[in-house]
Amino acid sequence: MPAELASREALTQGASRENAAADAGKAGRHANAAREYVRIENLTKKFGDFVAVNNVSLKVHKGEIFCLLGGSGSGKTTLLRMLAGFETPSAGRICIDGQDMTGIPPYERPVNMMFQSYALFPHMTVEGNVAFGLEQEGLPKQEVAKRVADILDIVKMRQYAKRKPHQLSGGQRQRVALARSLVKRPKVMLLDEPLAALDKKLREQTQFELINIQEQLGVTFIVVTHDQEEAMTLASRIGVMNHGEIVQVGTPTDIYEYPVTRFVADFIGSVNMFEGRLVEDEPDHVRIESPELGTIIFVDHGISSAPGATVWAAIRPEKIIIGREPVLGDENVVKGVVKEIAYMGDASIYLVRIPSGKLVRVTRPNVFRHAEDRISWDETVWLTWHPSSPVVLTQ
Amino acid sequence: MGRDGVAHVAPFEPGGADAVDSKASPVTFRNPFGRQLVIGTPYLWLLLFFAIPFVIVLKISFSESRIAMPPYAPLFEWVGQQMLAIKLNLANYAFLFTDDLYVSSYLYSLQVAAISTLLCLLIGYPVAYAIARSTPTWRNVFLMMIILPFWTSFLLRVYAWIGLLKSNGVINNLLIWAGIIDEPITMMQTDFAVYIGIVYSYLPFMILPLYANLEKHEVTLLEAAADLGAHPFTTFRRITVPLSMPGIIAGSLLVFIPAVGEYIIPSLLGRTDQLMIGRVLSDEFFANRDWPVASAVAILMLFLLVVPIMLFQRYQHRAIEART
Repeated sequence: MPAELASREALTQGASRENAAADAGKAGRHANAAREYVRIENLTKKFGDFVAVNNVSLKVHKGEIFCLLGGSGSGKTTLLRMLAGFETPSAGRICIDGQDMTGIPPYERPVNMMFQSYALFPHMTVEGNVAFGLEQEGLPKQEVAKRVADILDIVKMRQYAKRKPHQLSGGQRQRVALARSLVKRPKVMLLDEPLAALDKKLREQTQFELINIQEQLGVTFIVVTHDQEEAMTLASRIGVMNHGEIVQVGTPTDIYEYPVTRFVADFIGSVNMFEGRLVEDEPDHVRIESPELGTIIFVDHGISSAPGATVWAAIRPEKIIIGREPVLGDENVVKGVVKEIAYMGDASIYLVRIPSGKLVRVTRPNVFRHAEDRISWDETVWLTWHPSSPVVLTQ
Repeated sequence: MGRDGVAHVAPFEPGGADAVDSKASPVTFRNPFGRQLVIGTPYLWLLLFFAIPFVIVLKISFSESRIAMPPYAPLFEWVGQQMLAIKLNLANYAFLFTDDLYVSSYLYSLQVAAISTLLCLLIGYPVAYAIARSTPTWRNVFLMMIILPFWTSFLLRVYAWIGLLKSNGVINNLLIWAGIIDEPITMMQTDFAVYIGIVYSYLPFMILPLYANLEKHEVTLLEAAADLGAHPFTTFRRITVPLSMPGIIAGSLLVFIPAVGEYIIPSLLGRTDQLMIGRVLSDEFFANRDWPVASAVAILMLFLLVVPIMLFQRYQHRAIEART
């Protein structure tokens, strides 16, 4: 079996390189990708005793879409509100394009925010809403009218210019809110859960439109979201937040395939986590003894940790191969009984009870329409995975 | 599924927040009569206490005054056997425009009411705004403080102002004692006293509807305006004020309408050389016993008030339409 896996090794590594290439492409779409544009230094925000944002340092590049991803109460919205100037940091500072934002009120910052509730002015028309920001700049009427018309063209809302917000659908309101912020040509555009209020189909469609508009205008986007799918599609880089801290920053692939903590692995997508003890730690491989799994986990890359240390092996459900045929060997193989099957259409989720009593989640794409011999409930199956698949986590 | 074994899934969440299905069932009425009763009660009330008295007053306003009981001539009279004559006497209305007293009283009432309303708005708006923006605990305290004066008699509170404003009253004594003035300032029987009395008495009617409106404003809208580059004052002028228009109008009418017909405050605190229309009305009824002229005064006053009420209705209607 090791031989068979070894041949697959090259394959998966090739695939992971491809992913990395895709990420690089995503970043490369934007000009000046490497230039740091927004610099957040040791930013802390306390509300009484509660630390909402804890010593966050972050760099956002010009022209990228940076997603702050976290659950509720992770501090992502507070961080965004500090960027907009609605909250004053307790410590630390924010620089945008080299300019220190400390003490600068929201109405003088070169940033614009798209609110989760859109916050459209109900007593103004679409046109009035979009023009409001430009009027504050004291631009001549003609230029205001022209820029409003241009941006409404971009978001495809020109024909609704005379409508009031209450006469629009949710998706249309979202476009107006977007146009209202973009028309100011901000250096940084802040988006608070931009797609949360849209239904699923519209959300998917809007995601790509949002990326198109962002590319067209080259504005730097900082997006706050709790929806990992949204973050994955939109972002060139993601910052995962937990308890007011940034736990990992990276491309969507980095975050998904190379999580650095159990929290990140668990938060992004779903994962099978096995606690174990490091029994062999060589530069090119490690072996983990996991009573929770009932077998030795062989991983084909080294980690830097003391032998005997407690580690966790995280394996994504789609990276586990499920089959009826017995797989020989005592490493990376476990026998189990199918307890639950969830047919999702494009894929099926299997919950397999292994001898230790733990349920292992496996997903498998439904490649064939007719599958008479599809694995069924209470069948005995063998689970295996490639030695490159487990992510070894020490914290 | 235990959290220890398998991490929670997200990729395939079905529908998410959009999956909420509102199953609105049609409302059924068990008792159709009950529904009519509920709808009919206010109409019955209006008929009994507004429409009928109004028609009676209207009728009196078109009849002739006479020294009798009742002190006016009947509107309908039998002439011979089969003829019913209606005598419409328009002299009462004409009289209101011939005597300068009535026109000037009307104008003075409108002026007092308008200025008082403006003063109430200028004082009430910041108060209502502050209450709406305070923490829930303080909000209740403030609202209590606004409502508390109603627990004492209105008349008593106006009398208290006499004690404060008169020549040897609290304010004058205090100012003389402090050496700011040598002789007492005449405040009683002036326009100033009337404005003080009306603004003091009617301020809660301005604050409460304004508060009810401002309290509902979304703070995000103000943040959005600031974010788009609007200074706080611009935000106030272009966002807060337009959105609080229904509150401003409701409060203004609640002050303006009763202020036009105000009787007690100008009688106790006001000028003697210039009467407000409420005082003229009461004098016609009780001093002169000229019911027809008094009725004509009342009817004309009603029309002065009906115009702003109708404007208000129209505005409210539009506001409700705009929100749905």
